[in-house]
Amino acid sequence: MLRYALIRLISLGASLAAASVVIFCVIEVIPGDAASFMLGLNAAPETVAALRQELGLSGTLAQRYLVWVGGMLTGDFGVSYTYRVPVSELVMARVAVSLPLALYALLLTTMIAFPAGILAAYHRGKFSDFGIMGVTQLGIAMPNFWFAMLLVLAFSISLKWFSAGGFPGWESGILAGLKALTLPAIALAVTQSSILARVMRSAIIDTLSQDYIRTARAKGLSRRQATTRHALRNAMIPVLTIIGLQFSFLLAGAVIIENVFFLPGLGRLIFQGITQRDLIVVESVVMLLVFAVVVVNFIVDIAYAITDPRLRIRN
Amino acid sequence: MKHSALLVAGAAMTVFFLVVAGISFLWAPYPVEELNIAGKLLPPSTQHLLGTDQLGRDVFSMLMVGARTSIGVAVLAVGIGLVVGVPLGLAAAAVNGRFFDDVIMRGNDLVFAFPSLVIAILITAVFGPSAVNAILAIGIFNIPVFARVARAAALSLWTLDYVLAARVAGKGTVRISAEHILPNIASLLVVQSTIQFSLGIIAEAGLSYVGLGAQPPTPSWGRMLADSQTFIYTAPRLAVLPGFTIVLMVLGLNLLGDGLRDVLDPRIRRART
Repeated sequence: MLRYALIRLISLGASLAAASVVIFCVIEVIPGDAASFMLGLNAAPETVAALRQELGLSGTLAQRYLVWVGGMLTGDFGVSYTYRVPVSELVMARVAVSLPLALYALLLTTMIAFPAGILAAYHRGKFSDFGIMGVTQLGIAMPNFWFAMLLVLAFSISLKWFSAGGFPGWESGILAGLKALTLPAIALAVTQSSILARVMRSAIIDTLSQDYIRTARAKGLSRRQATTRHALRNAMIPVLTIIGLQFSFLLAGAVIIENVFFLPGLGRLIFQGITQRDLIVVESVVMLLVFAVVVVNFIVDIAYAITDPRLRIRN
Repeated sequence: MKHSALLVAGAAMTVFFLVVAGISFLWAPYPVEELNIAGKLLPPSTQHLLGTDQLGRDVFSMLMVGARTSIGVAVLAVGIGLVVGVPLGLAAAAVNGRFFDDVIMRGNDLVFAFPSLVIAILITAVFGPSAVNAILAIGIFNIPVFARVARAAALSLWTLDYVLAARVAGKGTVRISAEHILPNIASLLVVQSTIQFSLGIIAEAGLSYVGLGAQPPTPSWGRMLADSQTFIYTAPRLAVLPGFTIVLMVLGLNLLGDGLRDVLDPRIRRART
């Protein structure tokens, strides 16, 4: 087990190192130098050079890469060109929106997907199964930002229950914050819960055909008891994988939803960073998101290896 | 029975949109480049079936021409995935377990670890927003998908007797991959292509929505959604129609993909969820 964890940890480090090189290279290709961009067309060359120095833009590629990575390792993510504050501060403020949004959306996703998936599997081939699967097909086909616009149309414009966007900040109360995140979370949850409900359904159907379910039935358990006690637990392995993936997707993939609702989250920070050529912000936030994805996958892998010893041998 | 009915429905919807996109090259009710501010935001009528937008362009014509952009971007992105990903996957399977295989598979994992939408936004931002760069940005993320599907399917084929026979007959690795492996994994690739096609439509819509896809005056469904947001109070129709079109197109492709999978390969019927 320890050896397996160690191997996974080494590959985690290698992935992160490779990712940092890729991100750095992509950012380097971006035309337009941050210093000249900030100072405008008429700036004197000396001023631009001074600013380049100040922003840490001088030096060779390798030097700049090492400074960037070294800084991140010691918790220094650099200073935003446009906001003139440390990137870590910006990120912390944005995570306070993105993380709750991702968790909120994930909560809604599981709350919708679990009953729907279990119900569909339990009534497999019947009308309710067909109905639920039909709805999930629609959910998957729907771009979430379009659904978000429909939500705004219905609940903000017609019914006036929610504001159409913006975030009041957590200092104006937890309820006000959650209210602002409700429509975005629903919009994100629609696609995700459709996917998860389908995974849930097929995972349960797979386990229901196993011998141990037949044994459970033979020793007198009802179908419902066999499902809840045995099938559901074993079906959780594929379901948890998907939930892990969905969490990292929700954290990073809410860019467009954040744009629809004008939420000051991580995605919007990246988006603004790109348009304002605030490359250090883009670089560091993308790297953080990759880090989150890789670490979540690592934790999921280790969790499996603990629950299912067969997985340790295969790798 | 139910499955083949869904397959037919999916195929019909897909073909419908392909035909509409094709017709738009030859004919559309109104030219979409023509602005008519005097006739802006007209409600649906006999002249304008779905009304006009904020610049007086016919919405029906915009949707027709937009189909071209959305479908074109998604199809070419699938093409990139196929052309680059499949050879990589085949090569990895052919040298199974060796260093090259490892490099390809770890490279795949790496691409999967990136938040795809964020990277797509980054790519279009680096090279400038345009339909071509949207194709590249979406296509890059199709590569590992096809590489993985091709490798997994090819691996099991390499253990079969007829491949061994071909080897004994003196055929090289590349020839076996091309002549014996590829035809036998084609059905899987077709199914995967349909799935990536539908994901591509949604991705293109997302990129265009944030202004990083096709640039005006080229209409695209995502772009229409973005433009409509300002007029959502006065003309909600402009926001509803393009989205509805996207849903129908993607739904059609998904039904087609599911149906094809069931027909082409009963063994993996329950594998995709």
